[in-house]
Amino acid sequence: MATVRFTEEHEWISVEGDIGTVGISAYAQEQLGDVVYVELPDPGQKVTKGGQAAVVESVKAASEVYSPVAGSVTEKNDALTDTPNLINEDAMGKGWFFKLKLSSPGDLEGLMDHAGYAAFLEGLK
Amino acid sequence: MSEWSKAIGGFTGGKGAVETTSGNRGLQIEEPLIFEQGQDGRCGVDLPALPKSAERLGGLARKGAIGLPGLSEPQVVRHYTRLSQKNYAIDAGLYPLGSCTMKHNPRLNEKMARLPGFGDVHPLQPVSTVQGALELIDTLAHWLKIMTGMPAVAMSPAAGAHGELCGMLCIRAAHIARKQDHRRRVLVPESAHGTNPATAAVCGYTVDSIPADAEGRVDLAAFKAKLGPDVAAIMLTNPNTCGLFERDIIEIAKAIHGAGGYFYCDGANFNAIVGRVRPGDLGIDCMHINLHKTFSTPHGGGGPGAGPVVLSAALAPFAPVPWVVHGKDGYAVAEQSGAGNEAFGRLKAFHGQMGMFVRALAYMMSHGADGLRQVAEDAVLNANYLMARLKDDLTPAFPGPTMHEALFDDRFLKDTGVTTLDFAKALIDEGYHPMTMYFPLVVHGALLIEPTETESRESLDQFIEVCSALARRAKTANDAQAWFHDAPRYTPRRRLDETAAARKPVLRWKPEVPAKAAE
Amino acid sequence: MRYLPLTSADRKSMLAAIGVAGMDDLYRDVPAAARRTGLVDLPAHMGELEVERRLSVMAAKNIAAGSVPSFLGAGAYRHHVPASVDALIQRGEFLTSYTPYQPEVAQGTLQYLFEFQTQVALITGMEVANASMYDGSTACAEAVMMANRATRRSRAVLAGGLHPHYRAIVETYAHYSGFTAESGVPDPAGNEDLAKRIGADTSCVVVQNPDMFGHIRDLRPLAEACRKAGALLVVVVTEVVSLGALTPPGEMGADIVVCEGQSIGNGLNFGGPYVGLFATREKYLRQMPGRLAGQTVDAEGRRGWVLTLSTREQHIRREKATSNICTNSGLCALAFTIHMSILGEAGFTGLAKLNHALAGTLADKLAAVPGVSVLNKAFFNEFTIKLPKPADLVVETLAKRRILGGIPVSRLIPGKPDLANLLLVTATETNTESDMDALVGALKEIVR
Repeated sequence: MATVRFTEEHEWISVEGDIGTVGISAYAQEQLGDVVYVELPDPGQKVTKGGQAAVVESVKAASEVYSPVAGSVTEKNDALTDTPNLINEDAMGKGWFFKLKLSSPGDLEGLMDHAGYAAFLEGLK
Repeated sequence: MSEWSKAIGGFTGGKGAVETTSGNRGLQIEEPLIFEQGQDGRCGVDLPALPKSAERLGGLARKGAIGLPGLSEPQVVRHYTRLSQKNYAIDAGLYPLGSCTMKHNPRLNEKMARLPGFGDVHPLQPVSTVQGALELIDTLAHWLKIMTGMPAVAMSPAAGAHGELCGMLCIRAAHIARKQDHRRRVLVPESAHGTNPATAAVCGYTVDSIPADAEGRVDLAAFKAKLGPDVAAIMLTNPNTCGLFERDIIEIAKAIHGAGGYFYCDGANFNAIVGRVRPGDLGIDCMHINLHKTFSTPHGGGGPGAGPVVLSAALAPFAPVPWVVHGKDGYAVAEQSGAGNEAFGRLKAFHGQMGMFVRALAYMMSHGADGLRQVAEDAVLNANYLMARLKDDLTPAFPGPTMHEALFDDRFLKDTGVTTLDFAKALIDEGYHPMTMYFPLVVHGALLIEPTETESRESLDQFIEVCSALARRAKTANDAQAWFHDAPRYTPRRRLDETAAARKPVLRWKPEVPAKAAE
Repeated sequence: MRYLPLTSADRKSMLAAIGVAGMDDLYRDVPAAARRTGLVDLPAHMGELEVERRLSVMAAKNIAAGSVPSFLGAGAYRHHVPASVDALIQRGEFLTSYTPYQPEVAQGTLQYLFEFQTQVALITGMEVANASMYDGSTACAEAVMMANRATRRSRAVLAGGLHPHYRAIVETYAHYSGFTAESGVPDPAGNEDLAKRIGADTSCVVVQNPDMFGHIRDLRPLAEACRKAGALLVVVVTEVVSLGALTPPGEMGADIVVCEGQSIGNGLNFGGPYVGLFATREKYLRQMPGRLAGQTVDAEGRRGWVLTLSTREQHIRREKATSNICTNSGLCALAFTIHMSILGEAGFTGLAKLNHALAGTLADKLAAVPGVSVLNKAFFNEFTIKLPKPADLVVETLAKRRILGGIPVSRLIPGKPDLANLLLVTATETNTESDMDALVGALKEIVR
């Protein structure tokens, strides 16, 4: 059973074993509008917790995507290069950005779970 | 269906299309790309026969065709005339783009710039043959210095952002000369134009943003709290991008100087104060002047601009080459940095945007000291009049008086389902270019309206009535959301799909690959 | 006050509508110490006739290049621009419109920018081009910064044959933006070896072709050396007409091509405004500075154009933008586009051939002057001659005879005795045989 966590910058991470899958939340894609471009980290690239790992762009905005945890990138979602709309259509599923091998599982502590994130979003309104 | 209409996307049209046989709609003429109109064997010029001379291209002569279309002159003239008719322009109507100062562009200026003595002079002719050109630059420099109350001006920057770069590099050079180059933080208000932080970054600086106070101005306490020994400068637009004069500007200048930093003023909005306030009296160290805003050189669909930078005595020694000097035999030009000067370097080939200098000086001479002051007053009066008459139907972002532009937010559209964008597009159907939208960022759904001094009272009244009527429609009509969202309807093109453009960029025409034989 | 429509009565009633007593109330946010009551010390307003009279006096103090035999180049070239170009760019719909941020009412501007981008890509042999830069010199600096971003390296190698103003600009940007620009030594003989200066940390090699002395070089070996080292090849073209006659940089392996586009459609204007062309390969698209017009469809499915990929730019990315540039050189780009359309394939290549042939004729005539030698074996429309005397003195003497004979290399690179006698000479379609004979005749007397 995967563990799903959220950051205050609206990234999500789903962890199974020591492999995490990272993307942006449904709320984040809604705020951005139609995504037109993503820049993804290459496999092998080291990322830090809270460090910039990807870039996502809509027509009028560019946002950095920060890695929720530290680790080493194992895979990127190449489908996004040609069909960035997957992020709009299925942010938590087919719209994932990259997978990484966690270097310190303790990084998950302090991140929000589903309920915590829902409450956080409520507070933004 | 003709080949053209296929290329255009078909005249059978989508929803709401008006059908005509040709695909044209009256004066809305469909015009293919120039590349779709060429024919081998046509040419728009008649060249003389080649003189006999051996080829000396080192074996690198071009082989193969370039792919440019062949057209006769009348075809080219018609093509670009038709394209021109798809544009809105100041000549055609009020152009209320806030922070852009879309004022009338006098044709006298165009005529003067085309005098052969200015337009047909090579930048590297012997200086003895260009004394008048150097005199013109020197005269314009004098006018700019007097108007701003500043002792020096760097003339070469090609545009406003280039002027910002020039000013910030003067600051960096001054800090280096004073052994203060550890100062790398630049304070920039949140409301600033995007070029400010981008310029600071190019100069090797980090950007620290200053929040705005409840009245749309720099939060003085927050600003002072950010001062420190690593601060290089503040970049402040005044009047600011909310159209407001920074009341505390003299105190801001004193504080930044007290902390060892310099004061960069973004002069984009100089039109509001020209002749009434001299930036030199406010304690600034440098300010760029967009000649294409305040001094009416044409915007030309996005350039060319010109951005001379006035400098305080502290920064003047670091101005980039070239500059005009008064020699014993008339004018001369200093063209080399490091040759007995402290110039920070060079920003542009040759001497700057001479063609723009001529136009700006023609404009300044036409107005004179008295007229330029009147320019500022009428610009401010027009903006305040517009604000006063629209304050009930639209929602002003901040209390007035405002300077040369009026800023509204989107509270008046709350719960209507109509957005700032929709409102702007509906204005297009009424025959106007929209105002600046969603800028400055500190205001939600911003609508920034700058009428300029060259609008008449009648023209303003008509525009005000249209804005009011649209606002009332947004608030009261049952179908408001759909109606606004459908605008514009009467333009050569309806709303364009910017998402598709960005997802699969098509940035040039390519010849159609002949279709394979039908299967 | 012919440009100001408000009457005194208007002003009075408008102040009343606002609810203030006078203009001072509207300026009340200005600190008292900075409020000016009187007028600045400048002349009062003038009528159109008076302005025209005064500026014409100034203009008449210059020698217009077209009024005398003129052979000047070095990054600015006098060509014949068809009358229709200026007539069209002065249409108010082009002249007095803004950046096309509202595409529904700016299709004219957007479509010509798309045509401009296509023309630039075609003549340079590149895949994509932007909607123009300020000029060739600033485009050159932007190209170097783009190469630094694309390679994540920070050492640019500049050819000694690069125009000295261009070089100075790159050096200025380098000094303050924190990258290295290594400039080569100018070689009037045109034998510079650039490949040997490439290292593992080189972001790009910047080479001008034809170079400042007019030499033409085959860039293919250099492109190959760049490719091996992972550096980009930036090719600078200061005379865009040369692309009508020469193998395009894209075909020789360039990664970025920047040109000064002034020669097509735009006058000399004492150095500006000009128009910078900027082209690259598609894979570097996101690193490219400046505006881009892109094709799309409208709500009715009809083809149209918009500004696109603007997330690279300062108004969105702010301090993380690819460049601080906001403006392009729209109207100059339009002049370029129209002139290029009038020329077309036959006209553009024909014009280039004509320039080359005339320059060849002039070179042969000059080579026959005793004491004068032509340094170039290959050139386009500009070449370097060596005089028996300092070139600046010769040029001054020629100017007194109302001949603009060329540009002394010492004007661009002062203080080098070995360059002092070198003169850059250009011929274009505007030069007649009798212009050439006037120059040759005068030179014979002056250098005797």
